[in-house]
Amino acid sequence: MITNFLYSFCGLFVFFMGFFALIACSHPLRKILAVNVMSTGVFLILVAGAYRPASVGDIDPVPHAMVLTGIVVSVSVTALALILACRVQETSNLSLLRPKSINGREESED
Amino acid sequence: MLFDSSSWIIAPIVLPLMAGLFCFLFTRGTFAISVVASIANLVTVVVLHRQLISFGPTRYVVGGWRVPLGITLRTDGPALLMLLMAAVTGVAITFYARGYFSFRIAEPKREGRHERQQRFFWPLWMMLLGSLNALFLSSDIFNLYVTLELVSVSAAALAALSGKPASQIAAFRYLLVSLLGSLSYLLGVVFIYKIHGVLDLDMLRMAASGGPALGAALALMTVGLLLKTALFPLHFWLPPAHANALAPVSAILSGLVVKGSFYLLFRLWFDVFPGVIATPALNLMGLLGAGAILWGSVQAIRQQRLKLLVAYSTVSQLGYLFVAFPLARLENGAGVWTAVTFMALAHACAKAAMFMAAGAIFLQVGHDRIRDLAGVRACLPVASLAYAVAGVNLMGLPPSGGFMAKWLLLTSSLASCRWWWGLVIMAGSLLAAIYVFRVVSRLFVIPAGEPLRACYPHSILLEWPALILALISLLLGFAAPYPLQLLDTAQSAMALFYGGLP
Amino acid sequence: MTWQGWLLVSILLSSFLPGIIIFSLPEEKTGLRTTLNLLGSGTKIVLVLIMNIGIYLGYSYEIRLPLVPGVEILLNADPLSSLFATLSSVLWFLTTIYAVGYLEDSPNRSHFFGYFSLCVTVTIGISLAGNLVTFLLFYEMLTLTTYPLIIHRGTAQALRAGGNYLIYTLGGGSVFLFAVVWLQTITGPSDFAATGFAPHLLQTHAFSLKIIFLLLIMGVGVKAALVPLHGWLPQAMVAPAPVSALLHAVAVVKAGAFGIIRIILDVYGIENLTNLGLFPFLTAIASVTVLWGSIRALQQDDLKRRLAFSTVSQVSYIALGMSLADQSLAVMGGLVHLVHQGLMKITLFFCAGNIAETLGIHRISQMKGVARRMPLTMAAFTVGALGMIGIPPTIGFVSKWYLGLGCLDAGNWWLVTVLAVSSLLNAGYFLPIIITAWFRRQDAPWPEEHQFGRYETRLMLLVPPLITAFVVLFMGALANARFSPLAWVRFIVKGYGL
Repeated sequence: MITNFLYSFCGLFVFFMGFFALIACSHPLRKILAVNVMSTGVFLILVAGAYRPASVGDIDPVPHAMVLTGIVVSVSVTALALILACRVQETSNLSLLRPKSINGREESED
Repeated sequence: MLFDSSSWIIAPIVLPLMAGLFCFLFTRGTFAISVVASIANLVTVVVLHRQLISFGPTRYVVGGWRVPLGITLRTDGPALLMLLMAAVTGVAITFYARGYFSFRIAEPKREGRHERQQRFFWPLWMMLLGSLNALFLSSDIFNLYVTLELVSVSAAALAALSGKPASQIAAFRYLLVSLLGSLSYLLGVVFIYKIHGVLDLDMLRMAASGGPALGAALALMTVGLLLKTALFPLHFWLPPAHANALAPVSAILSGLVVKGSFYLLFRLWFDVFPGVIATPALNLMGLLGAGAILWGSVQAIRQQRLKLLVAYSTVSQLGYLFVAFPLARLENGAGVWTAVTFMALAHACAKAAMFMAAGAIFLQVGHDRIRDLAGVRACLPVASLAYAVAGVNLMGLPPSGGFMAKWLLLTSSLASCRWWWGLVIMAGSLLAAIYVFRVVSRLFVIPAGEPLRACYPHSILLEWPALILALISLLLGFAAPYPLQLLDTAQSAMALFYGGLP
Repeated sequence: MTWQGWLLVSILLSSFLPGIIIFSLPEEKTGLRTTLNLLGSGTKIVLVLIMNIGIYLGYSYEIRLPLVPGVEILLNADPLSSLFATLSSVLWFLTTIYAVGYLEDSPNRSHFFGYFSLCVTVTIGISLAGNLVTFLLFYEMLTLTTYPLIIHRGTAQALRAGGNYLIYTLGGGSVFLFAVVWLQTITGPSDFAATGFAPHLLQTHAFSLKIIFLLLIMGVGVKAALVPLHGWLPQAMVAPAPVSALLHAVAVVKAGAFGIIRIILDVYGIENLTNLGLFPFLTAIASVTVLWGSIRALQQDDLKRRLAFSTVSQVSYIALGMSLADQSLAVMGGLVHLVHQGLMKITLFFCAGNIAETLGIHRISQMKGVARRMPLTMAAFTVGALGMIGIPPTIGFVSKWYLGLGCLDAGNWWLVTVLAVSSLLNAGYFLPIIITAWFRRQDAPWPEEHQFGRYETRLMLLVPPLITAFVVLFMGALANARFSPLAWVRFIVKGYGL
């Protein structure tokens, strides 16, 4: 039980570490990594929760299915985020994600 | 009978996803595929409506795998109304997008740009529609997470489609914010699974008991969904993302996508865990909603660009949905359910119509600076009218759906002596009138003595879908008995089975 | 649906459909547009007359369309609605003729006439509304359809006036909505009925009901231009003359006044209001408005602005009459003034428009000798002005006579003084115009003269004011005839058991 709790706590810690990085870092690549760290944290908690003591029976399969799905989602989202970041870098030499550059400017659309 | 089959429920998910796949594989005929898919989607939604009225809410076990391992889909009143919203708006957006992308200006800079955008628009749009439908139909909190992610991914990709730096930066931010929201939601799901060991909404409804852990889980899910719904003060990402996207995309994002996460939030709070939610939390939601109404309207009034104005008006209109929270718990809470559904339906149609009109104006005039829009009516009579009619809905004047919603909210706020919510609603309507008329008075007045604007030829599809949607939102008030009947059918049946709904 | 139901719907459609078609017509199709306009307004008059006969014979007209619980669209024609509907449809016909002549060769006519037709549709809708929700529906739509007419000229001044108009009317509409919802939470959804709501509510909710009454009157008072909510009206004078005529005589201001009547007679009921003790308040507001409007009118040199302030003052006679609700004569005076003020004011605005259009005159100081150049127009103007002052045998005299008798019956000398002072003030601001126009010599060339064929102005501009002036002059003498407005008002009042 203690191990389980420890893993869960670690997962939570990792999640909030990622969260902090996502807020604090300005570089797009760091942000993407931060999101990945966050999702890893969540998966850690999930997998930890799947554990059952040997006396109870088999481990719970549902969290594993969830983690697998989550990893697939996370990979594809990361891919999209990376390509977007590359595009932004190519098309503009603006420093990224500074709100001023988005809100104030008058951009033509099509 | 063919129409009685319970398999119809998977059609709104599978049809658009298939269409998206085909649009991706084939370079020609993508428009035809999308039109067929979105109309077929509408038809299946209508069939599902007939089924709901005849048989009441139903569940469908995907692949025969039962709960807790498998995934279930279910239909009930709110879900089907949301499906209808997406289907109707979707058909109009599909036609409009055709008109939009077929607009050509012989200018080297713009040559071929619309073809390139179109290449990716259709598959992404169809996938988005399919995932939204899945979101509305799913009955499993983890599956809902997956659909949320699907929606965010396709929405963010769509938002980046215009290729301009501003839109790409906005799309990137949008994607990160959605991811943050989804992950927060997922963490909540994990907590809930740890507590109750089930993921299915109906089982959760029966199992739910209070406790700090469940409270924490709900708080995480709520924050995540609020971030995706762009409730004030978490709305910062919405205006740039919605305003810088292509017009059909803005219509999709503002009209449909934000409703997805809102729907999920509302269902969690009032359908699945109604007993767990404390009154202060409801009041907090109402307070944030009131803040959204006022702040969004004031910001909309201050904007210089048309699309930013419309985007901020979305922030403000979303506030009404949250003002309903503290009212939904009262004795006449059923009226509030209706109000929320109405608000969502009417706003989806009106806001999509507004963005479509704004896009048509953008293409014709080449910019969207509000002060230079005088006399656009000469070129775009139908689109200007659509903008004005959609504005009537935002102002909440009768007989629009927005009026119905505001009437119901006002009634329940006054009947329960919580008149301050009513005052906020009225103030929001008046502020909305200011930002709507600021634009409308310019569009419609052709300045005397100036030569008429030069108009480029455009397809009728650039204007009419907007007007039709705007008229639907205007006349929605007259269709009020239908959603009510649907909610009633669903509610009485649900209450019979689970005793959950208010 | 019964034939009565269809009749109500076709009364609304007879202007709605032409309006929609006119919107889609290209600018050049003047002939088709005019035909549609006149056909629509002619049909409407016929249909309204059929409805009136039916009402007189005791048929009832009703359509219900329930939406959500507590919200029901109800169209219902009673004698009171037929009074307003008849006034609107007849004056609309004349205004349409006038507008066709007035806007010859000006741009954006399809737009103008489209909204014009929609505007009459919602005005008729207001008259036929059978409960507060339906009233609110049409009342708000009236705001939306008149706004494009006010800003029709597109100048900065027009836009500013339009903006002000919206702030006032939408603000009033919100207050009204709030009050209606509040009232419904107390009384439950209820239709207009001669007795008002159930009297036992007075014991439990007296305070709320008082506040709600004030809010309701505030809501409709904006359009009825009660002081201090009248600020939009003089500014709205930048609109073209037919629009001003319409705003003042028929649509907006009258919708407000009609709302006051409905609230007093059919929502609250005279007895409930007497028990609540709210009438003195209304009397006070109405008297202040009557006097204030007249005083402000005295100070204006711009002809249309003077007429506008005169409207502020004159429309409050209606509220004044209604506020003495236990006196049937005063109520009759107020009700009949709804029609009479419309006829007189529309004459005056037609004439003001003619003078501005033909000679470019906007100020009273420029009007010296106008009567020699345009004798027929000025004759019509004089009749209208004398009616406003209340000189027999015009219809204006009839209204004031009944109002005065009502005040005397109530033993309220104070109000009789208000009436007398206001008549003096009316004379004070109308007689100088008449004297300037008829007896002063022209001392400067007209600012901007146009020649229109063999008459003093376009025939289509001349005929409508002449017709209304004729009615103003002779309907007063025929006030006791069987089908005069007064006879109909008597019929209405009988229905309320006064």
